[in-house]
Amino acid sequence: MLFRYLFILLILLPIKAFALIEVDITRGNLNPLPVAVSPLAIDKNSKDNFKKVLKKENLGLEISAIVENNLRQSGLFNPLDKEAFLQEPEIANLKPRFEDWNLIKAQALVTGKVTFVDEKLRVEFRLWDVLAGKEIMALAFTTVPSNWRRVGHIITDKVYERLTGEKGYFDTRIIYISEEGPKTNRIKKLAIMDQDGFNNKFLTLGNELVLTPRFSPTNQMVTYLSYFKNLPRVYLLDIETGMQEVVGDFPGMTFAPRFSPNGKKIIMSFAKDGNSDIYTMDLENRIVERISNHPSIDTSPSYSPDGKYITFNSDRSGYQQIYVMNSNGKNVKRISFGNGLYGTPVWSPRGDLIAFTKLHKGKFYIGVMRTDGSGERLLTENFYQEAPSWSPNGRVLIFYRETKTNAKGEGFSAKLWSIDLTGYNEKMVETETDASDPSWSSLLSN
Amino acid sequence: MNRNVIISFGLHTLLVIITAMSLPFLAKKPIDLPPIISVELIQITDKTNIPFAPKAKKIIEKVKEKEKKLVSEQAPPKKIKKQKPDAVPLPDEKIEKIKKIKDEKQNPEKVETEIKQISEFEKKELFDSNSIAALIDKSKTESAETNKKLDKITQDQDKEMDFVGLTLSEEDTLKAQIFGCWSIPLGLPFNEDLLVRIKLQLKPDGSIIKTEILDHARMNRPGQAFYKVLAESALRAVKLCQPLRVPSTGYERWKNMQLNFDAREMLEG
Repeated sequence: MLFRYLFILLILLPIKAFALIEVDITRGNLNPLPVAVSPLAIDKNSKDNFKKVLKKENLGLEISAIVENNLRQSGLFNPLDKEAFLQEPEIANLKPRFEDWNLIKAQALVTGKVTFVDEKLRVEFRLWDVLAGKEIMALAFTTVPSNWRRVGHIITDKVYERLTGEKGYFDTRIIYISEEGPKTNRIKKLAIMDQDGFNNKFLTLGNELVLTPRFSPTNQMVTYLSYFKNLPRVYLLDIETGMQEVVGDFPGMTFAPRFSPNGKKIIMSFAKDGNSDIYTMDLENRIVERISNHPSIDTSPSYSPDGKYITFNSDRSGYQQIYVMNSNGKNVKRISFGNGLYGTPVWSPRGDLIAFTKLHKGKFYIGVMRTDGSGERLLTENFYQEAPSWSPNGRVLIFYRETKTNAKGEGFSAKLWSIDLTGYNEKMVETETDASDPSWSSLLSN
Repeated sequence: MNRNVIISFGLHTLLVIITAMSLPFLAKKPIDLPPIISVELIQITDKTNIPFAPKAKKIIEKVKEKEKKLVSEQAPPKKIKKQKPDAVPLPDEKIEKIKKIKDEKQNPEKVETEIKQISEFEKKELFDSNSIAALIDKSKTESAETNKKLDKITQDQDKEMDFVGLTLSEEDTLKAQIFGCWSIPLGLPFNEDLLVRIKLQLKPDGSIIKTEILDHARMNRPGQAFYKVLAESALRAVKLCQPLRVPSTGYERWKNMQLNFDAREMLEG
């Protein structure tokens, strides 16, 4: 009998011992993560040298300001006010006093050091987990001093990637159409700038009409459309060298050339025999291949990141809708079924979503849907807005928005705007002039 | 030959005797029937109740009358009388059971003290029919055992509570606290299996002694950057939240706890 009890006890005891309480946490807050970006420490000698070379009083402070601004613009981080910092940058860089940073509610801390070494800029930075009290990343970069802004963007990319798990989009550029003059007589130039609006450059003089610039996903090449003697031409432009070449003259209306994911082809639509279809051109041998063949108007093609599919818009159903087909033009499927007209579909670099412009009841929307057309989400609504372009990480969209004019045609402006996938973080991107048709580059520091 | 037969006969006889001796029905003693104890249930509230204010007293009396009616409906006196001869005097435990059942039937709302009072009162009732000493002894053991039993019940309940999870309100309180502390990394994909399980060792005040990520090895595997980010965010949440809002009692129950962080619901939108 005793043995029987002992046996039962032996069975029951372990069960009781392992009955661990489990609590499922399935919700959290979506508030931006509080981050402290300490000014990068800089010694007096380096400070003097950078002052001579770059005319900057405190380069450490300037670089940290770039990081701070980028993080704030992302909407995912809340950089804390530097006035609240208790620890000096020089000391924080060596060994942060976590209690001090904890006190101001920082959850992550960026510290670093800037030095002038052999006529070059050397930047060390460290990312700390304040609550865990440990360093989670440390990197150093050496470059020419004039690249100091890029260093700030690269640091942001690294911090962003470490804290969110996905690649950043800060060390990137945006190409767009700069617009000046009255609405009826606009001067349009090709322009390029950093994603934060700095380092703006004009790439054309404005003598010819330029349209729809698109970055190559693999390198710093741009394709765009320009009208030369009223004939549309597709151009290729190397941003690094400034070299430009004509890819081809195309008859009739030509729209929106765009690179294939490997950068070896461009895909576009143009009208042949009065019918607009989708074509590709091999950039090596310049062979043009017809992809779609339908009496309706097919335009705005965009490849999926793996190059297997193409999304485009067509009015073959009677109204302009979004379709997906294989890259050889077969297996065409309509994916948009909502009310209104859908256009300018762009496949996300992550491959999971397609961004589009929608016109419904006189209003324009920028939205996203899954590649099978499900899960349509409208991110922003306005009087007139279109041409979304994805950030390289597929998290943010940039597009342009025009304002209403009054009866005299006054008050018109076109500006670039960005919005992230949550739909909450909508921001205007500062440009020197009016701007339209933006295209986001891939990461420069890949 | 004869000798063998004799030995075989002797051994078989021995076997039959041993078997017969060991069989239970043969060994069973005759039932020793103890004397019959009559049990009557009497209202004792007049003697035990604290005097109430006149108004309250009236209301209570009305309620009692209603209760009496109900009692009479549920357990008519006839039935009790019938049970008297059937109430076979058994060992102490069985007597207790019978009394308990009757108590429950007639007055289910009786509290612990009333049970004691009944047993004391029974002594007087039983006085007439049985010997005093035996009954005094029984009543003493009854009350003592009742008390023991009650004590045992509470201890058992406590022990069981140790191994029961948090109550819904306790769990909700804890969840609500951690929801506020957990900044979900918004860049994470929603279609991947990103469940982070953290085992906590807690102090009685809810502060954390030790945290352990159960799939720690996964954090350092290549291609698991998202998992690492999620795990770190979960750890930050736990540290930020401490001391955790844990129940004020039953430390043994929750001193070790596992939190399962799953952001899919939020990321799917």
